[in-house]
Amino acid sequence: MSYGDLEVLRGIDIDVVPSELVFIIGPSGSGKSTLLRCCNRLEEPDSGEIIVDGSSITAKGADLNAIRQRIGMVFQSFNLYPHLSAGGNVMLALRKVLGKPKAEARQIAEAALERVGLADKIDNYPNQLSGGQQQRAAIARALALEPKIMLFDEPTSALDPELVGDVLNVMAELKQAGMTMVVVSHEMRFAKAAADRVIFMDGGVIVEQGAPANLFANPQHQRTRDFVRQVEH
Amino acid sequence: MTQYERFLDTFFNPEVMANYFPKIVEGLLVTCQIAFLVVISGIVFGLALALLRSYRWTPVNLAIIFFVDMFRALPPLVLILILYFGLPNVGFTLSGYVVLWLVLTCVLAAFSEEIFWAGILSVDKGQWMASRSTGMSYTQTLLNVVMPQAIRLTIPPLTNRTIAITKNTALGMVIGVDELLNEATTAQAFSGNATPLMMGAIAYLILFVPVVYLGRYIEHRFAWRKV
Repeated sequence: MSYGDLEVLRGIDIDVVPSELVFIIGPSGSGKSTLLRCCNRLEEPDSGEIIVDGSSITAKGADLNAIRQRIGMVFQSFNLYPHLSAGGNVMLALRKVLGKPKAEARQIAEAALERVGLADKIDNYPNQLSGGQQQRAAIARALALEPKIMLFDEPTSALDPELVGDVLNVMAELKQAGMTMVVVSHEMRFAKAAADRVIFMDGGVIVEQGAPANLFANPQHQRTRDFVRQVEH
Repeated sequence: MTQYERFLDTFFNPEVMANYFPKIVEGLLVTCQIAFLVVISGIVFGLALALLRSYRWTPVNLAIIFFVDMFRALPPLVLILILYFGLPNVGFTLSGYVVLWLVLTCVLAAFSEEIFWAGILSVDKGQWMASRSTGMSYTQTLLNVVMPQAIRLTIPPLTNRTIAITKNTALGMVIGVDELLNEATTAQAFSGNATPLMMGAIAYLILFVPVVYLGRYIEHRFAWRKV
């Protein structure tokens, strides 16, 4: 993966097993978000192969739109559609991609919003929701499509500190329900509590990875040690 | 005759008013009709060009940019004269009415394409990513996510531009379209009195002041709600 002459990712090889929560940490510019976006081809890798749920998404002629339904993504800046209510945000892909009738889409949206604790906000527009509520609505939008895996790109970085907990709680519940998740985030406490594996990236490569307890307590590389010390202050 | 009476006689002569009122109304109706057709076809055509442009097919985009730049740069009067007086020489005759409609449609399409295009570009890239990540296709994203947001941003400039271009229906005068200004100047010539021109001006106000207010109302209604 590269932008012009700048190689952003090199030699990345990761396996994520079902129901695993993989946490990716690293300094900014280390390629974490790019790696995540390669996983549903919002970014085009120059070479290599990405296999999701048994099918190669980098294969020639792969049906990207069909594949992306199975890969939920949550963004740092929420990216809710401002012209649609919370319910409308969740229903759009259900109606347009899956072709569900309106009533059924609404039921699914209600259930998805219920799951993130926003059942009463279905008719509220994004500008009527707090940041944490917007991010949970964005999670509901992805969940409604029943993805096999969820990608979280710094889901709490744009939130006020007191709103972070609600979003992390929803993510913890997803983990408990057996969702496969890849999370790019700086929430180290959440990583320690919920992650099965932590990957430390720097300069576009995976420096080291391991169970959170090991990686945080006993990092093998100097770069990892420096980074962990910095973020843990 | 005092100066004041001469002024009234020149610009607000009741007899001339009564005589030419029906002609002025006829002209107003023709202007309304052309204006309406131009607004509809110009905006639809401009929107279509902007949507097409967003697919970024290089040859198509070069053609769109050429079309848009040309029709934005050339004075509409020049285009009207070329089409009306030039085309018959190559065996292709269009009525003044059609020439006026066609030229103003293309000019409005060119300007509105640029306005819609700016609107499309101004929608945050994250909106595209979010929509595409749910499996929506490019076209579905464009129509269901991007355009509803882009159009809100385009309403104010589009209203202004539409009014400016619709007023150019008065150019129909030079190619004999029976629109408002033509009827007014003809009546002025026959009566030797400027009252019909004044009536024409008032008729333009009656036509466009509501449009200006409608524009302001739409602008207000579509004002971007802060996210």
